Amino acid sequence: MPKARVLIRPKEGILDPQGKAVERALPALGFEGVGHVRVGRMVELEAEDPERLGELCEKLLANPLIEDYEIQPL
Amino acid sequence: MIWGVLQFPGSCDERDALHACEVVGGEARLIWHEDRDLSGVDGVVVPGGFSYGDYLRAGAIARFSPAMEAVAELAAAGGPVLGICNGFQVLCEAGLLPGALLRNQELRFVCKQADLVDDQGATLSIPLKHGEGRYYAPEAMLDELEANGQVAYRYADGHNANGSVRDIAGVRNERGNVVGLMPHPEHAVDPLTGSTDGRKVFEALERFA
Repeated sequence: MPKARVLIRPKEGILDPQGKAVERALPALGFEGVGHVRVGRMVELEAEDPERLGELCEKLLANPLIEDYEIQPL
Repeated sequence: MIWGVLQFPGSCDERDALHACEVVGGEARLIWHEDRDLSGVDGVVVPGGFSYGDYLRAGAIARFSPAMEAVAELAAAGGPVLGICNGFQVLCEAGLLPGALLRNQELRFVCKQADLVDDQGATLSIPLKHGEGRYYAPEAMLDELEANGQVAYRYADGHNANGSVRDIAGVRNERGNVVGLMPHPEHAVDPLTGSTDGRKVFEALERFA
């Protein structure tokens, strides 16, 4: 079956406290100069009908009100 | 009035919800999430907890359960539906209420007594306990909700512990028969636990039965 990877991330403009927490932790570990950290989710799957992945993302994998998604065929 | 209280794998507040329905003078019974039959039930409480382990997003899986199909029909017919905490998340994911709930701004699970203000201006003291309770909706949607009187509960000044936009603690649908909120009115119905203000949240929905 065709494989795909779905990347889901918080929509631009939505406060991402997880990203902020990671960002704030970095300087203490000596990683200076890293910014705009956003934490999302990755889903890997195999789909008989890759055409339907968009619908699947809209209905379940992402909440379109708060998240953007990106489908990458593998 | 007979309330049905949904029970998902991972629900944890359904017993208190049953008790609360009885305290306000109704009867109540549990509805298992695989049960699609709501006959004999006038209204539904979708209780708090961690349905399906909150996998993917809180409420995202629970919305597809057979019981939720029946709840959507009840809501469409104008019957009262109350979503509390995880139940609120489920109703938002199901599209029965506008908006979404995000991870608390400070990333901490909050557990405290909070003051809410209802749309009549009354202050209610009700506990809250959640990690993903930051209400969010796009600005245009928020304006519309406010214009339509769909903001049912707000956190009082200084009581917004999760970073919810415009201090929104709970919303209702346009018709008013579906209400969801993050705080837990079912834990505030007995003087033993300090406040009985939670009763008002249940009572406010009785007129839709």
